[in-house]
Amino acid sequence: MTQPASHALSQLDALEAEAIHIIREVVAQMERPALLFSGGKDSICLLHLAIKAFAPAPVPMPVVHIDTGQNFPEVIEYRDRVVEQYGLKLVVGSVQEAIDAGKVREAPDGSRNRIQTPVLLETIEDNRFDACMGGARRDEEKARAKERVFSFRDEFGQWDPRNQRPELWNLYNGKVHPGESIRVFPLSNWTELDIWDYIRSREIEVPSIYYAHEREVFVRDGMWMAANEFAVPPEGVPTEVRMVRYRTVGDATLTAAVESQADTIDKIIEETAATRLTERGATRGDDRVSEAAMEDRKKEGYF
Amino acid sequence: MDLLRFATAGSVDDGKSTLIGRLLYDSKSIFEDQLESIELASKNRGAETTDLALLTDGLRAEREQGITIDVAYRYFATPKRKFIIADTPGHQQYTRNMVTGASTADLAIILVDARKGLTEQSRRHATISSLLRVPHVVLAVNKMDLVDWSEERFDEIYREFTEFASKLDIPDLTAIPVSALLGDNIVDRSANMDWYGGTSLLYHLENVHIGSDRNLQDVRFPIQFVVRPQTAEHPDYRGFAGQVASGILKVGDEVMALPSGLSTRVAAIDGPNGPVDAAYPPMSVTVRLEDEIDLSRGDILCRKGNHPEPTQDVEATVCWMDASALKVRDKVSILHTSRMARAMVKDIAYELNVNTLHRDQEATELGLNSIGRVSLRVTSPLLVDDYAENRITGSFILIDEATNRTVGAGVIRN
Repeated sequence: MTQPASHALSQLDALEAEAIHIIREVVAQMERPALLFSGGKDSICLLHLAIKAFAPAPVPMPVVHIDTGQNFPEVIEYRDRVVEQYGLKLVVGSVQEAIDAGKVREAPDGSRNRIQTPVLLETIEDNRFDACMGGARRDEEKARAKERVFSFRDEFGQWDPRNQRPELWNLYNGKVHPGESIRVFPLSNWTELDIWDYIRSREIEVPSIYYAHEREVFVRDGMWMAANEFAVPPEGVPTEVRMVRYRTVGDATLTAAVESQADTIDKIIEETAATRLTERGATRGDDRVSEAAMEDRKKEGYF
Repeated sequence: MDLLRFATAGSVDDGKSTLIGRLLYDSKSIFEDQLESIELASKNRGAETTDLALLTDGLRAEREQGITIDVAYRYFATPKRKFIIADTPGHQQYTRNMVTGASTADLAIILVDARKGLTEQSRRHATISSLLRVPHVVLAVNKMDLVDWSEERFDEIYREFTEFASKLDIPDLTAIPVSALLGDNIVDRSANMDWYGGTSLLYHLENVHIGSDRNLQDVRFPIQFVVRPQTAEHPDYRGFAGQVASGILKVGDEVMALPSGLSTRVAAIDGPNGPVDAAYPPMSVTVRLEDEIDLSRGDILCRKGNHPEPTQDVEATVCWMDASALKVRDKVSILHTSRMARAMVKDIAYELNVNTLHRDQEATELGLNSIGRVSLRVTSPLLVDDYAENRITGSFILIDEATNRTVGAGVIRN
């Protein structure tokens, strides 16, 4: 790290310091923490921050992936490689298994977004996690803009937005009764641009689908969907090959690509700085349902 | 590029949402899909113009009632700085939200309607900014277009404010006449107010000097936990993880651990991206020491001739944040830096009227959103500084022992 004589931190160094402080508070205060890892850019940054927070000791908590079974193969390959490289313990909550066991049912359109929540809650309960860290950011969505860094969940995993614990200075209250838990968001104050700046400055590898590549796509609701086993174009809808990249990585049935020529990190940052659409608005079918789609899902216990 | 955190408070009527909307819009931080979605929502509600408040009011209940309930955090950046806005509601029943927003702010914007002048609400913002020691305050006199861009009106409000502020502790005050609706003095200097010689609001936010707000004199390093890998590769590594609260900690420095009182030297400082020679706020680092001394979570590294006072008796100004009132002899948990202890309320000296600054010494309890002077007796010594000297080692939160809720926030010997 460069240390100017003024003893001032750049915004990126300050955000990094804040996130590490939060991650360390989780481990210091909580009994059984876990880190939610999707293989998306935010949780990749979160994992790297956790590695830095405890170095040279290993990350003292398992990494949890709620697997919809409808993933981009590049992302699963990335996940397994990172787990191996850093000697992490991986816990997978399988949506497919929950469907097979009759615990949850797919939406009529094949979406598994909403049924991730019961699988997540069951994984938390089975492993008796009292804290789950996630990579969500407040700039993503307006309900998230109101959420605490240490966000309390009752024994049903519910978020009560009107009854949140006040959060002051850098003091975080992780006290819970058995069965209750805390969701922790160390990247709360980061923006999409901060994430990419950080990935560039710390030379962090991300899955290849974030970079522009040629892919067979079709149009759905005005968004480019990859044509694959999870997203089959309806009859009469043509597919074509275009240069695209992903701004977010989620369920392959819901997550759309954007047209892009940005095949390097510098070009991605340039593109992100110039974009006029939010990443969720541009690419996520799950947030388009209603004005309060995210708030409603979060109340049920969504990430 | 550095980071400035600022707090705004107020209700829709003051034009606060318009002001924030204007800053976001003019700095190109509002995205097209966000604008489209609030345009649609405004239309659905039968509004004629786009209600920029819908951008900041993120909860269903807020949109339904047309009020801001909770703190919302907003982000924008210019080529000079990244900004974090803590946007808080202004009504009395949301004092706790205002206190929350002010606790981390480098700057507070107090918004006044030029037609109405100073209100109870603007006095409350000023008082809370002062209690929480927000280093910079901007008095933004809004709706200047509705008072004919009058210099006299602006001066009148400025005088009224400085008179009230003389009873407070506001180290740096800047007054700016603006029209958030029309954009005057928001990003560019206004052509309608030649008499105003200062800068635009955004220029001020971009250039206000915050470097010297940090305390770089008093070394305070609260320990979060001990890093001991005990792996084949690092069998003997023992490092103390924490975030520097204040001061500059250098390799080779002699340091003292509290409460043990033992001294040693800094052997190495491991930063997130490798070893560093010095650590200063707000860096998160791991410190290795030359000698094995007793040091764990809740303890503090400082210097022999400059250290916080260990005390079981804490005098503080407390903002109470829970529906059930705080009374003498109540027992609560207290979280101060990384140390958790129990505390009993020994005395409530007075309740402060945040609108008039009157101290009600008859008060026997503090209700929701009340602020008052409280004496606490703590089960084990806390390592405290005066909040005026140190915002980290001078602050604490109170936690209810039964519900685990955060019920109070305190600033020490304010």
